[in-house]
Amino acid sequence: MEKFMSVQVKETFIRMSSSFIAKIKGKLLYGDQVAVIEENDAWIKIKAFNSNITGWMHSSALTVKKIILKPGEKDVKLAANSDEYALAGKGFNKDVEKEYKKKNPNLNFAWVDKMESFKVSSRQIQQFQRKGKLVPQGGA
Amino acid sequence: MKISSRRQFLGQSCRYAVLGISTMPILSLMLTGCKTMDTIGSLAETVSPLSGKYNTDKKASLIKAGSAVAKTFESFTPEQEYYIGRTIGAVVLNKYSPYNNSQANSYVNILGQTLAQYSDIPETFGGYHFLIQDSDEINAFAAPGGLIFVTRGMLKCCENEDALAAVLAHEIGHVQAKHGLQAIKRSRVTNALTTIGIEGAKNFGGEQLGQLTKTFEKSISDITNTMINKGYSRAFEKNADLGAVKILQRVGYDPNGLTDMLNLMKTRLKPGKIDFAKTHPSPEKRIADIEKVIGYSKKINQPKSRISRFKNFIGII
Repeated sequence: MEKFMSVQVKETFIRMSSSFIAKIKGKLLYGDQVAVIEENDAWIKIKAFNSNITGWMHSSALTVKKIILKPGEKDVKLAANSDEYALAGKGFNKDVEKEYKKKNPNLNFAWVDKMESFKVSSRQIQQFQRKGKLVPQGGA
Repeated sequence: MKISSRRQFLGQSCRYAVLGISTMPILSLMLTGCKTMDTIGSLAETVSPLSGKYNTDKKASLIKAGSAVAKTFESFTPEQEYYIGRTIGAVVLNKYSPYNNSQANSYVNILGQTLAQYSDIPETFGGYHFLIQDSDEINAFAAPGGLIFVTRGMLKCCENEDALAAVLAHEIGHVQAKHGLQAIKRSRVTNALTTIGIEGAKNFGGEQLGQLTKTFEKSISDITNTMINKGYSRAFEKNADLGAVKILQRVGYDPNGLTDMLNLMKTRLKPGKIDFAKTHPSPEKRIADIEKVIGYSKKINQPKSRISRFKNFIGII
């Protein structure tokens, strides 16, 4: 039986082979669904539903649950009858953060946002490893 | 349960994810799932501030919706973990100001993200991000989801890049094992679950947001009380240290970087149990635990290029 998974992180990439240094073939977003083709340790070969792109993703970016992005009352009921669904935006979410901010105006969320904007590319990581003569012994 | 390989570990983790179990307290919550439904039923009678009054139909509606929650809110989703982590980050930034030096923060982010790629959980909802804090106190924090903070004082306990890598890898160790989330009291999880149950029911509009925010506030306090004030258990610290050793070895760093750093820290920690000393086992105890895995500490051999880029970095701290 075909196995499906969903992206459980904000964004992630489909890669040519099972490594973070492999060439990127496509990008997927939270809730996007994929069909599993093959599993190799922590890496999974998938086919993306929305683009039909085939490639590899790290298993930490995926969940076997179907993520419902804008769940309504019907979805809550649907999820009640199955473990196969996860509801996005339920519980602690951006509205809760907004309320919390109102009560705690002194907290430094601006720097949290700034921190999240720090991006490091695959190329920077590879250069860093090469220049520091770091020879990986496994993983990634 | 004995897990003999990384693959087996990941397999187990995956199965746990399927079951929605990431922590023991949450496992317990699941096991008492039926009780939780009773709780929702009784709360429908007792939590009057939400609507003021209830009738039997409304209570039945709550219980029905609550059964949905027992299956969907078995664990914090990575998305919820992310929102918890952002607020923990904001609290940590109130303790020590950010060190606003883009060159220094860039080095720490490249090093940190390199390490994170070799962790058990390289991809989190919002990704790993690192920030130096402008304080001479020795300290470091990991917010759930991957926001990692390290003070200038802590950086100065590192004599080389392998030691700094060890500090960051230890914090990644806390993130991948979800130690922050495990500090949240079980009653908060039950409360959040109950509130979502109410959200799923009719007639309550946005009133549950206030309730959920209160639970959120208490959950944040649970984490900060443990992370900033009391410290994690020695078992969690050992777990983060051993997680760090694995990450360092996978990337190609010498795990002696960790014992190097702890030996230097030993000489710098101030008496009176302030900052890091208050929240962590003594460096001696940590070294003893680490040496059981990597053998007795030995001198690190590093290439010149690694030595020089670390020297440049520490020069601007």
